[in-house]
Amino acid sequence: MSSNGEVLVRIKEVDKVFRRGSEDINVLTGLNLEVAKGEFLALMGPSGSGKSTLLNLIGGLDRASRGVVEIGGERVDQMSDRDLAGWRARHIGFVFQFYNLLPVLNAERNVELPLLLTHLAKAERHKHVDTALNVVGLAHRTKAYPRTLSGGEQQRVGIARAIVTDPTILLCDEPTGDLDRKSGDEILSLLQALNRDQGKTIIMVTHDPHASHRASRTVYLNKGQLFAEAPE
Amino acid sequence: MKFLSLVLSNLMRKKLRTILTMLSIGIAFVLYSFLGAVKQALVGGVALAGKDRIVVRHKVSIIQNIPIAYEERIRRISGVAELVHFSWFNGIYQDPKNFFPSYPTDPEACLSIYPEILISPEVRQAWLSTRTGAIVGRATADRFGWKVGQRIPLNSPIWPRADNAVWEFDLVGIYDGKKGFDTSGFYFRYDYFDEARRWGQGSIGWYVVRVSDATKTAGIAKAIDEEFANSAAETKAEPEGVFMQSFAQQVGDIGTILLGILSAVFFTILLVAGNTMAQGVRERTAELGVLKALGFGDGLVLGVVLAESMSIALIGGLLGLLLGAGLVTGMAPAMAAMLPNFYLPTGNLVVGAVLTLLLGFVAGILPAMQAGRLRIAEALRRSA
Ligand SMILES: Nc1ncnc2c1ncn2[C@@H]1O[C@H](COP(=O)(O)OP(=O)(O)O)[C@@H](O)[C@H]1O
Ligand SMILES: [Mg+2]
Repeated sequence: MSSNGEVLVRIKEVDKVFRRGSEDINVLTGLNLEVAKGEFLALMGPSGSGKSTLLNLIGGLDRASRGVVEIGGERVDQMSDRDLAGWRARHIGFVFQFYNLLPVLNAERNVELPLLLTHLAKAERHKHVDTALNVVGLAHRTKAYPRTLSGGEQQRVGIARAIVTDPTILLCDEPTGDLDRKSGDEILSLLQALNRDQGKTIIMVTHDPHASHRASRTVYLNKGQLFAEAPE
Repeated sequence: MKFLSLVLSNLMRKKLRTILTMLSIGIAFVLYSFLGAVKQALVGGVALAGKDRIVVRHKVSIIQNIPIAYEERIRRISGVAELVHFSWFNGIYQDPKNFFPSYPTDPEACLSIYPEILISPEVRQAWLSTRTGAIVGRATADRFGWKVGQRIPLNSPIWPRADNAVWEFDLVGIYDGKKGFDTSGFYFRYDYFDEARRWGQGSIGWYVVRVSDATKTAGIAKAIDEEFANSAAETKAEPEGVFMQSFAQQVGDIGTILLGILSAVFFTILLVAGNTMAQGVRERTAELGVLKALGFGDGLVLGVVLAESMSIALIGGLLGLLLGAGLVTGMAPAMAAMLPNFYLPTGNLVVGAVLTLLLGFVAGILPAMQAGRLRIAEALRRSA
C-alpha cells in the first residue's frame, strides 16, 4: 500500500450474487480490498470475472449481496437509494469504456451535467467546465458535439465530466478499451497526470497489461477473489 | 430551470419524430377547437334563450301568419310585460345563396325585448326616424362589406312590393350581439313593409312576449293559447327555451357524438404519444443510466422524462389550439349564415390548454416511471 496510507476504500468479505432465472451466479465471493488515498489502482482479470461489478459496488451503482463497502469512512452499502445518488454526485467520477456522452449535448454541456446537481450558479458552472476541458486539453472544442469528435477526444470529454466536480475517486471502466494504441496512451497519460499532479485516487479496470503498467498497483480478479499477482 | 435546457435538448434528438408527434397532437387540438366551435354554434342559441320570453306562432306552422290585431289582446293578458312581432321576409341580396335572416319588426319593441342587440342611442334614434331604415348584424355586414348609410336592395320571393320594384333599405346601423347573440340578422321597419307589400296587410309572422315573472311563463303561454282558441288563427305559445328545446334535444345528441369523436381522437393520440415516449426511454436506457451514475436521483430522472413528454404535448397542443382558434375565427364569417354562434369560447381554450398538459402527463408517466426505476448497473450494461 503506497502513499500516506490513509485508507479511502475498504471492502470486506463482499459477496455479489446475480440471479439469472433460477440459477445463482456467484460473481464475487468474500472479496477484500483496501485502496489508499492517492493510489492509482489497476484492476485486471478475464472477461466476465466481475471487474465492472466490483467497480459498480465501489461507485454505489449496485449493492453487494453481503459484506461491507466503506468509502472515506462512509458505509455505502447502508445508504438509501436517495442518499446514494447525492453521495455519488459529490464523491465519484465515472469514466466509461464507450464514453457515454449525451449525443444531444455539446462537449461543454456534457461536462456541465454533474454540476447541475450542485448549487453553483451558471457563471461558476462555466468556470468549472472551462477548467476541466482545459485540463484534458480540449479547450478548443467546447462547442463540438460528440459525433464530431474522435474516440480519444470523446474520452477526454468523458474524463472532464468525471473530474469537473472534483470527486474523491475516479472510477474508470476500461477507459482505453475502445481506443487505438496512440489515443489510449494519451488517455493513460492524462489519468496518470491527474493522479500525480492533483492527487486523484483512481481505480481503473483494464485487461491491457500495457495500461496496468501506468498504475501504481495492480490487482487481479479471479473466481470471485482478488490476487496481488496474475494467476497462472 | 437549469434542467429545462436538458429537456429541450432531448426533444432535438430525433427531430422528425418529435415534430410528427407534435403534429399529431396539434391536429387533435385543431379538431378540438373546431368541434368546440361547432358545439357552441349549436347549443349557444339554446343557452341564450331568454327565460322570460314566450314565442307565439300559428298553431299549424311557423310559416302561417297571424293577425297583428292579436297584439292588443295578448298585451291585456295578465303577466305579459311587453311584446313584439316579427315576420319572415326571406330577403335575397343579389344571389339566393347569400342567405341571411331578415325580419320586419317594430324597432322600439324589438330593442326593448332583445337587450342582446347592442346599438348606440344615435343608431336607435336614426332607425326610429327613418321609415326605410334597417339595422344589420356585424356578421352579415362584414360578409357583404356593407357600410352605414348604404342603400341595400333586397328581393323577397314571399313578399313582393305592390309596385313590383325591388325593396330598398337605408342601413342606419350595424349591431353587435352580446356574446353568442346571432349577428347575422337584418331588421327593418314593419310599417314600411306593411304599406308597400302586395298582399298580407295586417298580418305578422310571430310574437315574442316578455313576461314579468319568469316562473310563470308556462301558465301565461297557456292563457295566450286559450285566448285564441277556436279563432280563425289558433296559436301555439311556448317559452323561448322550450321553442329551442326540441332543437336542443338533437343538439344534445350531437354534443354526445362530438364528445365521442373527440375522446376517440384523444385516446389514439395518447397511444401515439405514449408509444413515442416509451420508445424514447428504451433507446436511451444507457444515457439515463449515465445520468443516474452522475448522481441524478430517481425522481429527477422521472421528472426530466415527464417534462419532455409534457413539453411535446404542450407545444404541439398549443400550436393546434392556436391554429384551431384562428381557423374558427377565419371561418366564422362564412359560417355566420348557417351557424351564427360559431366561435370558440374562452373557456374551451383554457380547458384545451389544461388538456395538453394532462395529455403529456398521461402519455409520459409510465415511461417516466420506468426511467426513474432503471437499475443503473443494468442500464449501463446494455450500452456495452
Ligand atoms: N445485472 C446482471 N444480471 C445478471 N448477471 C450479471 C449482471 N451483471 C453482471 N452479470 C454477470 O456477472 C459476471 C461478471 O460481469 P462483469 O462484472 O460485467 O464482468 P467483467 O466486467 O469483468 O467483464 C458475468 O458473468 C455477467 O454475466
Ligand atoms: Mg466489464
